[in-house]
Amino acid sequence: MRRKFYNGSMKFFMYLCSFLTVALLLFLMGYIAWRGLPHLTWQLISTQTSHRAHTIGILPNILNTLYIIIITMIIALPISVGAAVYLTEYATNRKVVAIIEFATETLTGIPSIIFGLVGMLLFIQLMGLKSGILAGGLTLVMMIMPTIVRTTQESLKTVPMSYREGALALGSGKWYMIRTVVLPNAIDGIVTGCILAIGRIIGESAALLFTAGFGLKLNSFVKSLQSSSATLTVALYVYASEQGEIDVAFAIAVILMLLTLLINFLADLAGKKLRKA
Amino acid sequence: MTDDTEGIILSGTIVSVKGLNLWYGDHQALKNINVDIPQNQITALIGPSGCGKSTFMKTLNRMNDLIPGVKIKGDILYRGQNIYDASVNVTDLRKKIGMVFQKANPFPMSIYDNIAYGPRIHGVRSRAKLDEIVEKSLKDAAIWDEVKDRLKASALGMSGGQQQRLCIARALAVQPDIILMDESTSALDPISTGKIEELCLQLKEKYTVIMVTHNMQQAVRVSDFCCFFLLGELIEAEDTKTLFSMPRDKRTEDYVTGRFG
Repeated sequence: MRRKFYNGSMKFFMYLCSFLTVALLLFLMGYIAWRGLPHLTWQLISTQTSHRAHTIGILPNILNTLYIIIITMIIALPISVGAAVYLTEYATNRKVVAIIEFATETLTGIPSIIFGLVGMLLFIQLMGLKSGILAGGLTLVMMIMPTIVRTTQESLKTVPMSYREGALALGSGKWYMIRTVVLPNAIDGIVTGCILAIGRIIGESAALLFTAGFGLKLNSFVKSLQSSSATLTVALYVYASEQGEIDVAFAIAVILMLLTLLINFLADLAGKKLRKA
Repeated sequence: MTDDTEGIILSGTIVSVKGLNLWYGDHQALKNINVDIPQNQITALIGPSGCGKSTFMKTLNRMNDLIPGVKIKGDILYRGQNIYDASVNVTDLRKKIGMVFQKANPFPMSIYDNIAYGPRIHGVRSRAKLDEIVEKSLKDAAIWDEVKDRLKASALGMSGGQQQRLCIARALAVQPDIILMDESTSALDPISTGKIEELCLQLKEKYTVIMVTHNMQQAVRVSDFCCFFLLGELIEAEDTKTLFSMPRDKRTEDYVTGRFG
């Protein structure tokens, strides 16, 4: 009798927990949509803020987000994939590899504001860049590289040894083997890693505050590299806390939420579509 | 060894192994191996698991180089050239000494691309030339008729036996001199095994075949020359008939008659 009561109450408790989780998520999404959607107008996303006309537009911030994704990925992708290939295919000292893997793992857990601080000191004060997309992008490179390295490594490890042996036994050089047999079979993991990294870039704000800046003006790609440019998340912060434009902030939140959904959907799709055999 | 088998080995020696020792770390896996492998014949390497026969075979195309902690001493002369010489290009060596593995390992690409993989490594780019090589290799591996209508299909959709013959065709495509087969039929059914054995008998007209096998009947059926390994030592190397009917060593006799192993 007691056991039955115990089992029943535990089951109810678990039920409650999962219900709360789902309900909270739905409430959050619903609330953001309810507050933000009415203010998500074409004017908002297609113009820049004008003080003379007293209108607010977030086109510059949408573009800045896009620019920072491009800059960050162009730099981070080759370096990270290269590092992962080296660690899994070439490095022979297992101890060193284990230490590097531990270090990359640790780096993924460091609060992003610290990356922002280091980025500011390194790129702006030391290297003399002006705050902008370039300094912000370089900071994000440091931040997302561990993610891409780890996912690429995991993906490379799933490529069967027998493929490598088969290629080498035919007289293939090591790099030829990696290029033709290993990388094509690890592409699903690499792409998934990149998409998740892009998700982190879109969602990042703390690391960009000191490095990419708060600028809300529309700039060309080249100009934005070296002039203060707020991405969507930073713009959300600026509009909400400094200008009291809560409605605009919620409209941006809707865009970010949709982007996050899209990113996760794409990551899922890429993982499924690109996997061979 | 040559003295004992005089008159039976008609062709010359293609690989001559002299004083070969191999260590994995502290463990000595091969102990002073001396043997001459005959050209255009099928040589079977037999012995119980862990006796060093696979290790020995992998020294012939230097696949052991890939394992960390391997130390090799001694000479392996392939057509008079020491393959462990610093001047030897491993890529060229493996082109000459091809290998088929225990488990069929086609690449996850089309049948055509699997066969063309080797020639492409070695710089064959012309489509017509590749077409020709693919057809010839598949014919030589006796699988052309089964796959000629689906060369663009994935190799992973083939049956296990077909995959293994595809791997043989892939090895043939780089025009090797020697083909190493590491228990290449052990994962196959008797019919597929039969096809591959038949294929080996055809292959020896053009190539030298060296196979590791656990199947004593297979060694008797297909091989001309046989090496018996035990605990890292080469106990006996003879023409197959002699080794199975009149083994000189008691341990060989015990193994081939099934008393252990």
